[in-house]
Amino acid sequence: MSIDGSDDAAVVAALQAGDRAATAGFVQAHAGRMHAVARRMLGSEDEARDAVQEAFLRAFQSLHEFRGAARLGTWLHRIVVNEALMRLRARKARPELQAATEQSIDDLLPRYYEDGHRIAPRPAWAESADALLERREVRALVQRSIERLPDTLRVVLVLRDVEELDVKETAALLALSEGAVKTRLHRARQALRALLEKELVP
Amino acid sequence: MMRDICEDVIGFLDDYVSGDLAPEQRAVFEAHLERCPYCRDYLATYRDTIALGRGLADPAHDRAGDAGDAGGGPPAELVEAITASLLAHRRR
Repeated sequence: MSIDGSDDAAVVAALQAGDRAATAGFVQAHAGRMHAVARRMLGSEDEARDAVQEAFLRAFQSLHEFRGAARLGTWLHRIVVNEALMRLRARKARPELQAATEQSIDDLLPRYYEDGHRIAPRPAWAESADALLERREVRALVQRSIERLPDTLRVVLVLRDVEELDVKETAALLALSEGAVKTRLHRARQALRALLEKELVP
Repeated sequence: MMRDICEDVIGFLDDYVSGDLAPEQRAVFEAHLERCPYCRDYLATYRDTIALGRGLADPAHDRAGDAGDAGGGPPAELVEAITASLLAHRRR
C-alpha cells in the first residue's frame, strides 16, 4: 500500500468495506509512526499503545470525515497527537503519574555568577549531531532523556523539535500563548541538552 | 534589552537560532559570541540538541530494530491487536 497519499481514497474505501487485508495494511503502514509520536509525547510505552489503539479506533469511526485534503498519514498524525494530549491533560490532575515536575529540572538549567558569567561551563561535544545520530545507543539516549522531562516541557519539545510543528500550531494545540510555547521550548531544550551532556561528556 | 553577558545571551538562544532577533540585539549577541568561547560551546550544543531531537523522527536515521519511526516498523503484536479491534468494531 502506498503511504504517499496517491491512493488514500482507495484505502479509505477498502477500510469502509471491511477489507481485512486493507485494514491490516493500513495499520501496518501507520502504526509505527503513530506509536513513536505517542511514546515520545507520553513517555510511557503502555500508555502509548493505548493511545495508538484509541487513535486508530477514532480514525476508523470518522473515516467518513476524511476529505482527502490532507494526506491520510497527516490526518492520523493529528488524531494521535490529540489523543496523547488528552491523556496528558487527564494526567495533570494526577501528579503522581508525572515523570518530573517543572521545578525538578532547575538543576539542569545553566547557573550564573552575579556578574552574569556562567558557572562551570563545559566544552562543546566532540562529535557532530549527525555522527551521534548514527549510533543506536545515542538515539535511545535521546529518546530516554526526552521521556525524563516534565510533561509540560516534553510535549512542547516533541511537537516543536521532533514533529516540527510551528509555534502557532503548537500554541493552538496546547491552548498556550506563543510566548509560553517559546519559553517552555527554551527550557526544555536546555534541560535536554544538560541530560545529554551528562552522558555524552562523562 | 539584551546585556552583553552570558546570562542574557543564553536567554535569547532560541530567538537567535530561529532568526527572530532584531538586528541590534543580534549584533550584541554576535559580539558576545566572538569574545566568549563558553557561549559558543553552549550555542553549539544547543543546536546539537535540536538536531538530535529532529533526528529521532528522521527516517534517514532509523535502523532495523530501532524504536524509531520507520526503523523496525511497529511492534507486530500491536499491529495485530489494533487490526483485530478495528475489524471487530466494524462487525458491531
